Amino acid sequence: MTFKMWIRAGLPALLATAASAVPALAQDAAPAAAPALNSGDVAWMLTSTLLVLLMLVPGLALFYGGLVRAKNMLSVLMQVLTIGAMMMLVWVIYGYSLAFTEGNPFIGGLGKAFLAGVNEESMTGSIPEFVFISFQMTFAALTPALAIGAFAERMKFPAVVLFALLWATFVYFPIAHMVWGSDGYLLAKGAIDYAGGTVVHINAGIAGLVGCIIVGKRIGYGKEQLPPHSLAFTMVGASLLWVGWFGFNVGSGLAANAKAGLVMVNTFVATAAAVIAWIIVEWIVRGKPSMLGAASGAVAGLVAITPACGASGPMGAIILGLIAGVVCFFFCTTVKNALGYDDSLDVFGVHGIGGIVGAVGIGILASPAFGGAGFGEGIESIAGQLWVQIEATVITIVWSGVASAIIFFVLNVVIGLRPSVDVEREGLDINEHGERAYHT
Amino acid sequence: MKIVMAIIKPFKLEEVRDALTGIGVHGLTVTEVKGYGRQKGHTEIYRGAEYAVSFLPKLKIEVAVAADQVAKVVEAISGSAKTGQIGDGKIFVCPIEQAVRIRTGETNDDAL
Repeated sequence: MTFKMWIRAGLPALLATAASAVPALAQDAAPAAAPALNSGDVAWMLTSTLLVLLMLVPGLALFYGGLVRAKNMLSVLMQVLTIGAMMMLVWVIYGYSLAFTEGNPFIGGLGKAFLAGVNEESMTGSIPEFVFISFQMTFAALTPALAIGAFAERMKFPAVVLFALLWATFVYFPIAHMVWGSDGYLLAKGAIDYAGGTVVHINAGIAGLVGCIIVGKRIGYGKEQLPPHSLAFTMVGASLLWVGWFGFNVGSGLAANAKAGLVMVNTFVATAAAVIAWIIVEWIVRGKPSMLGAASGAVAGLVAITPACGASGPMGAIILGLIAGVVCFFFCTTVKNALGYDDSLDVFGVHGIGGIVGAVGIGILASPAFGGAGFGEGIESIAGQLWVQIEATVITIVWSGVASAIIFFVLNVVIGLRPSVDVEREGLDINEHGERAYHT
Repeated sequence: MKIVMAIIKPFKLEEVRDALTGIGVHGLTVTEVKGYGRQKGHTEIYRGAEYAVSFLPKLKIEVAVAADQVAKVVEAISGSAKTGQIGDGKIFVCPIEQAVRIRTGETNDDAL
């Protein structure tokens, strides 16, 4: 039976207010042992999947694209789009299997490589496995694309694409398995990561940091003008990220249920709090509240609430958002300058640091004392949860940091990371892609 | 014949055009330019990165007029483009050797 048929079967039943007929229908048709398909869950998960795709293109592409100079606009759009497309194929070839089938606590097996054995009747909870595969596919497409912002404007296209492929294989799939796999190492320890604070954001943030240090600063960094070419695009991109993030966070529950409401309100208020926190601090420290600051605050808040959105209460989410806004502001504006690395688009400052704030913060805020939904399985106290959260964070940082460093070193030796000085000066668009974003 | 060149603040263009139309000047060329004078530049901050922008956007207008009109034109421009703040711009007057209206072939004062 196809989804369309399910929806056709389910819709009249709903319209007749006989909502209870829907699960009954599902049970009638599904094999006796399989869990019941819930058409409400299926509909929401199809929607969530597309919302996460919206985060990638055009959300992230425009958010990043607006922040680079006009001569590199297309290179960023192209990198995001190409990495996304490549990862979707890699995901069904071996990524899904490595992340979500049983193997050992650190990596899954190859039993579902090429989606072997998955068919229309396969289920993941109350949704078809194909929907689950598609939903998780968008995460795998987005995460390596997040990292590229750190070394934007100065890495060769083939190096960027190969980095994404190798990094996904040796970092993303194992970490996703550890956190979300049924026999995953961190899941078994009771680590809370509802929608991917460690797997997606800390992971990508560290990869970006390592990449930008190894590839080196952009020519003219600190001496020449490297301002964003269109903060209007950045605003549009940040807004699309926010909208799409509801698919990312709320969809991570895999159900249209009561928890979905909590996750939604958390995703709203943490983001709003981080916007307000960032611009207030910026206003005090720099004298003016900037649009880029507000957009950056929004993304910082979204990142911080990502691991915490299912376990925090709404007031905890606000606290997390406020902290993320302030901490990420100081990282992007002060710490980065003091340390002197050129993280072009602040991938580490926003995703890495925001992710750490969220992943560690939820160790405290999950406590019912703060209105949270309670600790991970087998954990009794704030101290216990906090320790597991720190452990998950440190494992992600070390694994992603070491593996990313090895990948970049190897790529640098084999194909070279950096374009020639002339190419970088003239811009990646015309030299690597043979086109320009704007004609005057 | 003289050409009156003025560098003005971009948002003053409409007022300058109205003032010139008011004294019977019916032609004007506008160019977007960048530069600096006593106003110097300003500072832009993107997240933590501060950039000193030393070339500010201005408009350059050029009006070709008969020599006896120059004083009126200069007065109209300086009156309408003035804010009293630093960065209001400058006016330069140069001689024109020859003028030709392309459509008719008229020359000099007749071509203006």
